[in-house]
Amino acid sequence: MSFLMLALDIMPKLLEGAIVTIELTIIAIMIGIFIGIPVAMGRVYGNKPVYAICTFFVEIIRGTPLLTQLFILYFGLPSIGIMLSPFMAAMIGLGINSAAYQAEYFRGAIQSVKKEQLIAAYSIGMNQMQAIRHIILPQMFRLVIPSWSNELIYLLKYSSMAYMIQAPEIMSQGRLIASRNFRTFEVFIIVALIYLVLVSILSKILDMVENKFRIPGL
Amino acid sequence: MPNVILRAENVYKKYGKLEVLKGISFQVKQGETTVIIGPSGTGKSTLLTCINQLTPPDKGHIWLEDTEITNPNTDINIIRSSIGMVFQHFNLFTHLSVLDNVRIGLLVVKKTPMKEATEISMGKLNEVGLGDKIDAYPAELSGGQQQRVSIARALAMNPKLILFDEPTSALDPELIGEVLNVMTKLAEIGMTMVVVSHEMGFARAVANDIIFMEKGVIVEEGKPDKMFNDSENPRTREFLHKITELYGGKTE
Ligand SMILES: Nc1ncnc2c1ncn2[C@@H]1O[C@H](COP(=O)(O)OP(=O)(O)OP(=O)(O)O)[C@@H](O)[C@H]1O
Ligand SMILES: [Mg+2]
Repeated sequence: MSFLMLALDIMPKLLEGAIVTIELTIIAIMIGIFIGIPVAMGRVYGNKPVYAICTFFVEIIRGTPLLTQLFILYFGLPSIGIMLSPFMAAMIGLGINSAAYQAEYFRGAIQSVKKEQLIAAYSIGMNQMQAIRHIILPQMFRLVIPSWSNELIYLLKYSSMAYMIQAPEIMSQGRLIASRNFRTFEVFIIVALIYLVLVSILSKILDMVENKFRIPGL
Repeated sequence: MPNVILRAENVYKKYGKLEVLKGISFQVKQGETTVIIGPSGTGKSTLLTCINQLTPPDKGHIWLEDTEITNPNTDINIIRSSIGMVFQHFNLFTHLSVLDNVRIGLLVVKKTPMKEATEISMGKLNEVGLGDKIDAYPAELSGGQQQRVSIARALAMNPKLILFDEPTSALDPELIGEVLNVMTKLAEIGMTMVVVSHEMGFARAVANDIIFMEKGVIVEEGKPDKMFNDSENPRTREFLHKITELYGGKTE
């Protein structure tokens, strides 16, 4: 079978896997945002206990390998009676992992909003919540887009780790196909090409997002 | 007698061991302009930020009309919304258009309905001569235009008092005039203002009162005529002489 024939033949299965990869990436980045922003705010504005908890979370997650975290969720939790499907475990694991990294990106962005902006907000009578909501967060989002884009692309690639806990993403599909037809080399070249296409499309979209939110004149 | 808008009594402020304000007292009446001058590091900016509590003083009392600002029970956000502040570096919100910069205080702080907030903001932008720039962003404007937007932002809140901290000292010389003109117009229509500035032409022409501050105390205070022509204190004379040479003191 020629390479092209092979590619056509296995494409449906691989695309099924690619869809799971995309789903995992999108859900994980969302979980990451929803946990990451509050954690970042806790690290910047929180009182001592809040700061401590948020810092602890970030350090623990960033200080341990993603694969270890996935194994704890999938193979470890059942021993205390919590059974997660491979997809659930991958989603939660990738989401929490991304949250810790995103928290750091958001924190950096919050801290690089100039303090004059906050002073101006207070000087017209805004309270802290209003200033954060209307001045700090909108500026933070713009500042965070470049590093956040990298995180999204990493996440897309790191979601391949979910293969190790049998989540049916693209690597799992590739492995399954290769174990049947023994054309490991070609199969994973095709898998790599699919990743490449996904990453390119994602980069394009992220560039468009960055341009759309660019502040005129800056 | 016009009533007193701002009254400061024995205001003290320390940063760590550094005593910046050492018992400042003064008052500003409705519709009057007080210009504060003094060497760098004397505490002029600190005094302004003590007034709107961006840096709360350690001791002393400040009143805005009958409300004691320094009373811990006073809602400081309400006070701040009625004291405008104009900064040396404009401090416009970089992510907002000109119109939104002016309008946001009304919308967020005063909860003014959108339509009314827009009308008020457009009115103020026209007043400072920027009615045609409402969709521009701060980074697209000259320094003089940015400073006029920031004055419009202060005016939109309908303040009882506006504080200016060296509003023209970050501007190219050819842009200073447009900002001083706006400020002069405000003085003419009866806005109450406290202005830290070394623009002596403006001070002579517009100030009701000039305060000379040095090392955290008020050295001398008086009408421009007295301050420029027969001040009592040799330090005042020396400083005014130096500053007039530097910035020029012609009355336009
Ligand atoms: N946040 C701060 N922390 C510590 N010291 C400060 C702070 N702000 C100001 N100072 C110090 O307080 C003194 C007075 O500063 P301030 O900015 O009020 O002076 P100024 O009269 O406005 O001077 P300039 O003409 O240079 O603006 C200076 O010595 C300054 O270094
Ligand atoms: Mg100053």
